[in-house]
Amino acid sequence: MLEQFEQFAKRKRTKVSLRTMTPNARREMKIGYLLLSPWLIGFVAFTFLPMLATLFFSFLDLSITDGIFSAPKFVGFDNYAHLWDDPQAGINPTTWFSSQTPSSLMVTIKFALIALPVGIFFPLILALLMNNKHLKGQFIFRSLFYMPYIVPFVASVFLWGGMLNPETGWINRLLVFMGVAKDVVPQWANDVNWVYPTYVIMGIWGVGNAMLIMLAGIQGVPTELYDAADVDGANGWKKFWNITFPMISPVIFYNLVLNIIGLFQYFLVPLVVNNGTGRPGGATMFFNLYLYRTFFTFQDMAYGSTLAWFLFMVILAITIVLFATAKYWVYYAGESRS
Amino acid sequence: MNKKFLDGLKTTLITVAVSVILIIFLSPFIFMASTSLKTQGQISIMGGPIWPAAQPKITYNDKEVDVFSVPVAQCEGFDPNSEEVLSLAIVEKGRQESTFVNPDDLGRGEFLCQVSWRALDRPWKFSPTWQNYTDVWELIPNGYPRLLWNTTFYALITMLGTVVSCILVAYGFARFRFPGRDLLFVILISTLFLPFAVTIIPTYAFWQRLGLVGTWWPLIVPHFFANAYNVFLFRQYFMTLPQAIDESAMIDGAGPLRILWSVIVPQSYPVIIAVVVFHIVFAWNDYFGPLIYLSTSIEKWPISVALSSFNGIYGQQPQLIQAGAMLALILPVILFFVAQRFFIQGIVVTGVEK
Repeated sequence: MLEQFEQFAKRKRTKVSLRTMTPNARREMKIGYLLLSPWLIGFVAFTFLPMLATLFFSFLDLSITDGIFSAPKFVGFDNYAHLWDDPQAGINPTTWFSSQTPSSLMVTIKFALIALPVGIFFPLILALLMNNKHLKGQFIFRSLFYMPYIVPFVASVFLWGGMLNPETGWINRLLVFMGVAKDVVPQWANDVNWVYPTYVIMGIWGVGNAMLIMLAGIQGVPTELYDAADVDGANGWKKFWNITFPMISPVIFYNLVLNIIGLFQYFLVPLVVNNGTGRPGGATMFFNLYLYRTFFTFQDMAYGSTLAWFLFMVILAITIVLFATAKYWVYYAGESRS
Repeated sequence: MNKKFLDGLKTTLITVAVSVILIIFLSPFIFMASTSLKTQGQISIMGGPIWPAAQPKITYNDKEVDVFSVPVAQCEGFDPNSEEVLSLAIVEKGRQESTFVNPDDLGRGEFLCQVSWRALDRPWKFSPTWQNYTDVWELIPNGYPRLLWNTTFYALITMLGTVVSCILVAYGFARFRFPGRDLLFVILISTLFLPFAVTIIPTYAFWQRLGLVGTWWPLIVPHFFANAYNVFLFRQYFMTLPQAIDESAMIDGAGPLRILWSVIVPQSYPVIIAVVVFHIVFAWNDYFGPLIYLSTSIEKWPISVALSSFNGIYGQQPQLIQAGAMLALILPVILFFVAQRFFIQGIVVTGVEK
């Protein structure tokens, strides 16, 4: 999917002038835009204009109470100044140490650093296992590893929540059975130190998608490359590092981008598991959760929009950086690497 | 011979290792099924069995009496060297000796055993509590049948909108050449990476202004305006179809919509089914949209919102929560097993194809 950007940047530009278009070409254009119109209208109405409105709201003082808007007042960059000083948002580094509860930005980054490696390597390892020629019943395994992906999010949170219940869950019962003392077993979602691993475990059922994409990428690697490596006497690790990895790097890149963008917007699990309160100890007040509460709980449209626009800029910046680094490690077959 | 043995060994090792990972991976399903059939009493007993079980009782002389595991060597009328342990019903409890009857041999009558009843274990017998499911069926907000209807209604109507609009848009991208097309396609793909936060506040305010928060409209309408993921799936598929048939139909005088309907759609069943099943699962599982737009209209809740609210009320009764989760996930899981081929193909297209 991401190669669309690559192709677009490299396409041959042809100057078209509406005046010199043949009647046929004009007709084709008319039909084309007509067919695109559902998306064009939807894009303008539900994406483009709301984006501009969000930007606009961030310069106002505006709230909404039970559907009634307060009188909007233009306040310039006041909201952004507030954002800079807000210890809960945590943009300004000097606020990181002055407040008792961790800042939302830090919470988000900290969790992303834990969850991202799992989100990339776990599906990659599973895909490599699924592709192993010694595995019998590959199709059944592939289906069953994918299947939890389609379980409703709320249900899967309750299933894992039950498994991880400190008293009655199977994981702690297993730990006690294996000889761990009852008073030192993890309190999972209730413990500041265990709540991120808890969320990572709860998210592990989402690997199915990434696993299938990576598996398809691995299966698409031409076998001649491995044959040639065999002739050269390469071992398994060398084959993976010098053939499989570069050949599937576009797929890994795609998952990396989606994962990072998803992690910066992470908030539904803390909303359901810890009721969106930030418990324990503010460790689950993710940036997007703070935004959600600012708007949906405290009905502050202007500051919510400011947070939203800031989040958008952060995600945009990260995406641009990722795409800029891609040319050093992502290999698109069909183009020559010089 | 040696190599064959080595290969066989590797196959066994890897298959067993992956099976173990799979069992751990899927263990929450076993947890759910087992917990959903337990009684509240069993869950609260530490060290009870992990499978649904009850400690049996029998009715003896019009009284409910508990059953214990008794080593029969201590009982009168049994072989003192016997190592047998029987499940016996206690008639009279005592510190030194207790009176029992054998539920399987009541004709034998009451007999004494030299045991303290406090030192005895009570046996667990497999005993599923199906009652939990009928309880959830009624206790979950709106009742389960109503939730099924709400969720199915939402899934089907938005499925219709998404399939029709995405086919039209993808057809435009795949088969027509016009200035701006490639740029628009890149914009379409980039909307996949757009954080929803940057559009949600004005969109919510817009629906609120129209007085439509608390109705289905904000959830349904956007699906009639196509989305990047499904347009991409359709377009990739349409581009693999040979253009020659389109062209001969055009020569015969068929218009663009006619060609789409009579030539392209009939050749595209695999991708249409893929989009249909993806969408149904998406809509079935959608939580955030219904949460923000329907939170005050309980009677319109889909199952995801109802389940999370149910957890808020009955969170202290894990057997009900797990039974509710089972009722919420059973239909998507069945749909997956019926249509798994289409799921898997559809994902591969988005991830690997350009």
